[in-house]
Amino acid sequence: MKKLLLGNHAVARGCYEAGVKVATAYPGTPSTEITEAIAKYDEIYCEWAPNEKVALEVAIGASIYGRRAICSMKHVGLNVAADPLFTVSYTGVNAGLLIAVADDPGMHSSQNEQDTRNIAKAAKVPVLEPADSQECIDFVKIGFEISEKFDTPVILRLTTRVAHSQSVVEEGNREEIVFEYKKDIQKYVMMPAMARVRHEFVEKRLRDLKEFAETLKINKIDTGTKEIAFIASGIAYQYIKEAYPDAWVLKLGMVWPLPEKMIKDFCSKFDKVYIVEELDPFLEENIKALGINNIVGKEIFKLTGEYSPSFIKKSIENREIDIPYKVNQALAPRFPVLCPGCPHRGIFYVLGKLKDIIITGDIGCYTLGALSPFNAMDTCVCMGASVGMAHGISNASDKKQKVVAVIGDSTFIHSGITGVIDAVYNGSDILVLILDNSTTGMTGHQDHPSTGYTIKGEQAYKLDLATLCKILGCSVVEEINPYNINENLEKIKKLIDVPGVKVAIARAPCRLHRRYKFAVSKRYIDSQKCKNCKMCLNLGCPAISIKERVFINENLCLGCGMCETICKFGAILTQKG
Amino acid sequence: MKERLNILVVGVGGQGNILFSKILGDVLLRVGYDVKISEVHGMAQRGGSVVTYVKAAEKVFSPLVDIAQANFIIAFEKLEALRWIEYLKKDGLLIYPDYEIPPISVITGLYKYPDVEKILQEIGVKTCKVEIKNLLSSLGDSRVQNTLMLGYFSRFLSIDESLFKKSIENNVKKEFIEINLKAFELGRKIESV
Ligand code: SF4
Ligand code: SF4
Repeated sequence: MKKLLLGNHAVARGCYEAGVKVATAYPGTPSTEITEAIAKYDEIYCEWAPNEKVALEVAIGASIYGRRAICSMKHVGLNVAADPLFTVSYTGVNAGLLIAVADDPGMHSSQNEQDTRNIAKAAKVPVLEPADSQECIDFVKIGFEISEKFDTPVILRLTTRVAHSQSVVEEGNREEIVFEYKKDIQKYVMMPAMARVRHEFVEKRLRDLKEFAETLKINKIDTGTKEIAFIASGIAYQYIKEAYPDAWVLKLGMVWPLPEKMIKDFCSKFDKVYIVEELDPFLEENIKALGINNIVGKEIFKLTGEYSPSFIKKSIENREIDIPYKVNQALAPRFPVLCPGCPHRGIFYVLGKLKDIIITGDIGCYTLGALSPFNAMDTCVCMGASVGMAHGISNASDKKQKVVAVIGDSTFIHSGITGVIDAVYNGSDILVLILDNSTTGMTGHQDHPSTGYTIKGEQAYKLDLATLCKILGCSVVEEINPYNINENLEKIKKLIDVPGVKVAIARAPCRLHRRYKFAVSKRYIDSQKCKNCKMCLNLGCPAISIKERVFINENLCLGCGMCETICKFGAILTQKG
Repeated sequence: MKERLNILVVGVGGQGNILFSKILGDVLLRVGYDVKISEVHGMAQRGGSVVTYVKAAEKVFSPLVDIAQANFIIAFEKLEALRWIEYLKKDGLLIYPDYEIPPISVITGLYKYPDVEKILQEIGVKTCKVEIKNLLSSLGDSRVQNTLMLGYFSRFLSIDESLFKKSIENNVKKEFIEINLKAFELGRKIESV
């Protein structure tokens, strides 16, 4: 039966049908749903790993043992996994190994725009790029076949628009695939003598793959009726088909390595061929390197952000589109905010009050602490970076600058731990604030080693962060309640002045998480007592707003009570009943 | 050939526009369209401005609805109706509710919440304003705003009501089916202004 399926769910479906046995990931938008959807299939072992490097290593193990495996991540995660990636390219696989990487053109939820094809080329592994959900299913299967046929890991590259779009698919059945494990140290132990041999193999494999690309069915030509020609892959292909339905298009299902003869042949038929690709001029440069010169690429198409059919049209025809309705005034921006009742709010309210302190931030819901009304964050670079950066800043200032690193529980496990070890080892004077909401909040509530649950919701060993930090050698480890605003202000000030690496774990579960139950006692503002001083608005709580007077929207209020603590006039009260 | 539908569903993170699109997309698929839906995830969900695209035609390529291409914009919040108005095609229809969620930039006094009705009138957009505020409190659950709006919107498509209801049943968690069906029915009967 035909049904609508999200691109990521289609990748999961493809894995199920392809007989995948092991699936691993660290959650990251836009890739998260792949693994979440796989977790619903009992036939597949599935886990959240602490980070992408570990996730890939687990998948490599499964593949070598002879079971098909997938490891999923977002583009920045591939940087973390780059180390094992470059070497698994040498060892190759036994059963198929697929690495699904979702790029995020337009940075809907990422700290940079990065093109996975560049890393894949550097690691010398083939890349497939689907353009809709049906292709997601199909390309997963083709990816595993290529992986096994050529003894190589295969990258399945997605972009946000493919990962997060639903289109029509037809589902198939599962096929069990099992390869036998054979010990082979020449292949799987990469010490110099063996690695040298394998490098020769890798180069030959790339040449073989190039040959293979010429006949691979997913590299195909749509014949057109108009004298305009394109080369594209993935979502860009869809945009072209919409903008120029009667154009010639060479659609590349495999974007690395490239079918050189096919491309040369195609380009020789036209005066000019447009290469349409979001992000880097990857196809363009590699096609130019073949000595093909009648192509037009980034000189008219942008290097940043997402494309659209009208953008492509506009760039080619050099004309503006008519927009019938326009608003000629700046509209109030609607930035994302911490949810009503969010425990992070209490901490950022306090941090915003500290003067002359640098706050290094990290990736998660709490990155929103950088925005108004808190303005309580100075940096945000990558997962786990807050701790190392705090240590760096402290030392650069000869320990004169006070620094607080904030990091989430999931992020701390991902790559904050090693930063703390470094800071302790090198005698730093920083405060690390672990904002422990007992989940991975931003990506939609995934579990991790300190939540005590697996991806399937089964109970697991619960890593205790406080004990861990003590073992790492932190001078003070304290647990604080983020909702106690007044108390925490004093506590944090004090902790900042204690020598050594101090850790404060602000623990309160994410308010949106279904696992935790909260006693809700909604607040209201007593208009007799309220002086309309607007102090409570500084919490940036979506439930509190102002018309003429300050009021609390009872539909939104979750009764966390933080506003009550900060009102100096006792005007915020608890509703009865 | 079936009429091409380009629909934008806009609102604030958490208002359920992904579910709206899913149910709608499902119905359109059942009546023989090719359908694509593009959704938003991540940061935008924390109360930010969000948009979902629903496209239906004989054959759909791009999952995006492009600027000036939407024949319908369905807004779940008034200010968001304005924010995405460039996406509306000439003579397209904007459907929006009597419902305001002030952004933090307004709450903290940096910006004013605009006079949406007035601006819409000035730029001459064809609109249907849906009074749902009271209905929502009568239902006692603001989370069904999306099915309420779906009920209203369903009248603009000549598709049997039962198909929508079936799709609601298939896409909503069991315990919420009843209230969503009720909201849908209420929405279908709303008089707009
Ligand atoms: S999802 Fe949870 S952690 Fe994130 S802002 Fe909302 S309440 Fe806070
Ligand atoms: S802080 Fe208290 S007195 Fe001031 S506006 Fe808020 S409720 Fe009124």
